Amino acid sequence: MSAATAPAAHLDRPPKVSDRAKAENALGRKLVLPAVVVMLVVTAYPMIQALYLSLFQYRLTTPDDKSFVGLGNYATVLTDSLFWRDMWNTVLIMLVTVAVELVIGFAFAMVMHRIIFARGVIRTSILIPYGIITVVSAFAWQFAFSLNNGFVNSWFSWLPWISSDTNWFGDHWHAMFAIMVSEIWKTTPFMSLLLLAGLSQISEDMLEAAKVDGATWWQRLTRVILPNMRAAIMVAVLFRALDAFRIFDNIFVMTRGAQNTESVSFLTYRQVIEQFQLGLGSALSVLLFLSVLLLAFLIVKLFRVDLAAARGEA
Amino acid sequence: MDRSGSGSGASSWAARLAALGLPFALLGGLLTACGTDTDVPVLTWYINPDPAPPADFQGSFGQAGIAERCSTDDYRIQTQTLPGDGSQQRIQLARRLAAKDPSIDLMSLDPVFTGEFSAANFLAPISEDQASDLSADALAGALEGATWDDRLVVAPLWANTQLLWYRKSFAEKAGLDMSRPVTWDQIIEAAAENNGTVGVQANKYEGYSVWINALIQGAGGAIISDNEAGVDASIDIDSPAGQAAAGVISKLAHSPAAQRDLSVSNEGTVLGPFAGDRGAFQVNWTFIYANYRGDDATFDDLGWTRYPQTEEGKESRPPLGGINIGVNANSDDVEDALTALSCITSVENQVTYALETGNMPASATAYDDAELKQAYPEDLLELFRNSIDAAGPRPVSAYWSDISSALQSTWHPPNSVTDRTPAKSADFIGEVLQGRTLL
Repeated sequence: MSAATAPAAHLDRPPKVSDRAKAENALGRKLVLPAVVVMLVVTAYPMIQALYLSLFQYRLTTPDDKSFVGLGNYATVLTDSLFWRDMWNTVLIMLVTVAVELVIGFAFAMVMHRIIFARGVIRTSILIPYGIITVVSAFAWQFAFSLNNGFVNSWFSWLPWISSDTNWFGDHWHAMFAIMVSEIWKTTPFMSLLLLAGLSQISEDMLEAAKVDGATWWQRLTRVILPNMRAAIMVAVLFRALDAFRIFDNIFVMTRGAQNTESVSFLTYRQVIEQFQLGLGSALSVLLFLSVLLLAFLIVKLFRVDLAAARGEA
Repeated sequence: MDRSGSGSGASSWAARLAALGLPFALLGGLLTACGTDTDVPVLTWYINPDPAPPADFQGSFGQAGIAERCSTDDYRIQTQTLPGDGSQQRIQLARRLAAKDPSIDLMSLDPVFTGEFSAANFLAPISEDQASDLSADALAGALEGATWDDRLVVAPLWANTQLLWYRKSFAEKAGLDMSRPVTWDQIIEAAAENNGTVGVQANKYEGYSVWINALIQGAGGAIISDNEAGVDASIDIDSPAGQAAAGVISKLAHSPAAQRDLSVSNEGTVLGPFAGDRGAFQVNWTFIYANYRGDDATFDDLGWTRYPQTEEGKESRPPLGGINIGVNANSDDVEDALTALSCITSVENQVTYALETGNMPASATAYDDAELKQAYPEDLLELFRNSIDAAGPRPVSAYWSDISSALQSTWHPPNSVTDRTPAKSADFIGEVLQGRTLL
């Protein structure tokens, strides 16, 4: 925190690079070179390959019919109602789950931060769901919501909209609800972990000062804690939003995309893996990648997140 | 080891090296042990899972048993089990075959994959001599599901078909003469009037396509023709036969004879209601006979007849299932695999397999086997054979999985089917085949 003034002073005069700094930079570049090469091989190559494949009509099972279609696959995808329906599902899941996770995650972060007794046990138990594999969590929630042997219907039948024969996977909204519950249960601990990091950066002095000035609990939360955590909150939202946008496992296990619960990732999976449509599927993957990129850009720009600040490197 | 390593730097390194080396040495030993055990080449046969053997069964069961009996001095056959779900079997095999994986030699294939795998050149060609040997005794329906471009490309191991299973007491109460062919209209009306149900498969899955295809073929039509033209196949579903099929589905969906879970029904969900108070009819595969064996009340009342007619007077075309055996074109040992193919699908093995698993033979003479005749009533065996012989397989097309999915998208749920559905699905299938729409 005390270093916060340094960059401002730094900007005033043109940077003068000494010989030693130059040499260090050159050495640094050499040292990262192997990592860059590995990254290019394992990341850039498949991406370029996908970009190339997306320009062809190409099926794994009819390789002889491979033909160049230019941007035709993109036109097919972007003019297809199925794509937009799945895109809407994905955005909806992302918005709802991230919003709910942010609130619950913040409450958990406060608990983990303030807890005095049994600190290790409580922190660990809050984090347990995050340690569980998503597929396992999806199966657990599928059983929980199951019409035949789930507990949700019997425990919550006192609610007016739940009865003993509510078929959670029988229609769109019920199924979406079940998917979102599983997703929220599984990833809220991750959110609270990121928020806890932000929370612990806030100096106690500021809170003490606010208290002395007569600020209420709510005022301290909204005027001191949240503004000072902005970077951490935005990093948490960014990470979770990008993750939620690529949701796949829960849908795959719980509904297999039935009842219009398909996400864009799931649509891509079906095109590439089930239908062997490498061209169309690659076009979808590229579009999915661009959407994630756009989303990241929007969150970073709109909320002016400084990733370096969030890591305490300012 | 910790203590000895804590002395000096050098000895700690030695200990670490030893620790690293030990597992590798063990692994090497295991690998050589495997190698020396078998001097003969090993053929790997990817099989679909067989039912669990009875508790008192000794030795190798089902396809693993066939593999053991067909191993010779020249090669040994080992089995690898694929996932239980047919579409997952297809995905796993096709991905390996497309990558030209030589470690697959033989594979058990659902007949609906025949077209796709042949068109992709995944299957080693079977010589004309061997093909005529393999097909000489095969039932016509099974043969049709194993043929691509007028050539036998896989060998049938067993064949499955659907019958109309009914409760004898119910048919009697409804006054239906089950000794004569019945139509869908008749059984739906009889069930509706007498508080019974008709069990079918109408969830959004391959089983629903099986039903639609059987209805259309039963009315003398087809979903597509000129199958070998691939994406340019002629789409024939928008026809009087298609309308007849839509009529039957719509009639059942809006009838009290439909089961409550019609839109998510499959082969398993119809078993319970059939044995219940309102049980009357179900169309289902051959396993039904063995399925009700433990339930005396239902078993004694169980009747069977040929698959219902879509239109009165037109012979029904019962659905076809089963397993064919194919040889991987990129196998390291195509020649031995082709030799093994003849042994695996021999009449003796088909009979043994049928006795063990209840999966019916695809060969005609197998049905004359004394042991098989003892295990099943003669008229049932005869019905199985005739149904497989007259079966209407789903179109053998390289694009069947797309066509089937497109069919399910437009015909599901069953209560949404109207006389406009065939035209709508014809358009959609065309768009899907031409890659103009996502599926």
